[in-house]
Amino acid sequence: MCTTCGCGTGEVKIEGQEAHVHEDGTAHSHVPHEHATEVGKKYRHVHETHQHAHEDHEHSHEHPHDHDHLHFGLGAAHSHVPGMTQARMVQIERDILSKNNDYAAQNRALFEKRGILALNLVSSPGSGKTTLLVRSIIELKQSIPLAVIEGDQQTLNDAERIRATGAPAIQINTGKGCHLDAHMVGQALLKIPLPDESLLFIENVGNLVCPSAFDLGEAYKVAILSVTEGEDKPLKYPDMFHAARLMLLNKCDLLPYLNFDVALAEENARRVNPSIEIIRVSATTGEGLADWLAWIAREREAIAAERQENMQALKHGMANLEDNLAAVQG
Amino acid sequence: MHEMSLAEGVLQIIEDAARSQGFTKVKTVFLEIGQLASVEVEAMRFCFDVVLNGSIAEGAKLEIVSLPGSGWCMKCATTVPIVEQYGACPQCGSYQVQPVGGTEMRVKELEVE
Repeated sequence: MCTTCGCGTGEVKIEGQEAHVHEDGTAHSHVPHEHATEVGKKYRHVHETHQHAHEDHEHSHEHPHDHDHLHFGLGAAHSHVPGMTQARMVQIERDILSKNNDYAAQNRALFEKRGILALNLVSSPGSGKTTLLVRSIIELKQSIPLAVIEGDQQTLNDAERIRATGAPAIQINTGKGCHLDAHMVGQALLKIPLPDESLLFIENVGNLVCPSAFDLGEAYKVAILSVTEGEDKPLKYPDMFHAARLMLLNKCDLLPYLNFDVALAEENARRVNPSIEIIRVSATTGEGLADWLAWIAREREAIAAERQENMQALKHGMANLEDNLAAVQG
Repeated sequence: MHEMSLAEGVLQIIEDAARSQGFTKVKTVFLEIGQLASVEVEAMRFCFDVVLNGSIAEGAKLEIVSLPGSGWCMKCATTVPIVEQYGACPQCGSYQVQPVGGTEMRVKELEVE
């Protein structure tokens, strides 16, 4: 269990993938572990260990750490371990997030191949993400094929709110996890109808810290900041605003009742991300919604144009090959 | 920030390496963590012990090499040492500093048998 944010795994649920209970009473679901059967057993043990660790969580800070290695890396021990006998060193040089990034690349390749615009919506809890999404879907659903992947720690509430609009939605419950990862999204993609050139909203877990580090394969992250929060949120949680392409400043209809300095909030966002785009919106009154929808339309057009270009290039290549074949056949 | 997931990422990398390199026991894991990587080293150590329990790396020592942060300041047009992401340039005070080093989170090497 993560001592910083409570993050952990082992309880991920994707709608349609049910948990089951064994004779001895242990329950687990067969959701998306990235590992096939042979490794599966090992992972189950690991998860059981998580549970124990969780119970012992409070003791974690008293856990005695071996501090005689604090200055490791300054001396010769950097690459050679004294007293090495049968042991050997294996060079790895792999990014810790490489597994997630591999899955993200697979998702991204799928989106690109099919001309899908995928947006990863990130914010703190209560910023109005789902309300904004519902409002946007109502405006868009007549003209654009779209779908939603909902991430929350628990409950199916948000997916139900989305489905009430008539749009297809699938809920991922992350259990102990504090963010969606690319593998969860990949699993959800198998279960949701997603036509070519459609729009996919991925509503991440309400959390301004962890989701910033996990690429889901989306085209862009869209950060939602509401005016009932502080202007300094972009400075307090810079990773997220740095990773976002667009910031939606939501609940702007409430500005007359608040001491929220819009210019300062925008300046703070630009300080951590000079190229961030910003649109002021209100999901309640519809203010600014047209700008947000126009932004989506622009990005979809760019993706569609790129896809057409790729298809033209492939067709051109195929025509050349056919010419070559015809020449050989004489 | 999400040290549990990172520790699980480390375990996946170890298991991949065990399959390809044919080792059965990991004695020491060497990580490189940049100072700008938003990783709490103490949280990482705790999660590491928990996640590696029951794996081929159970009981392995964790050695963390901290890499210093550095950034490219647009105004000074030079590389400057920085201790926080999105912080000001120590020379001119500008916030137009692009981190160039210290964001790493990498499994460097393993001592195995």
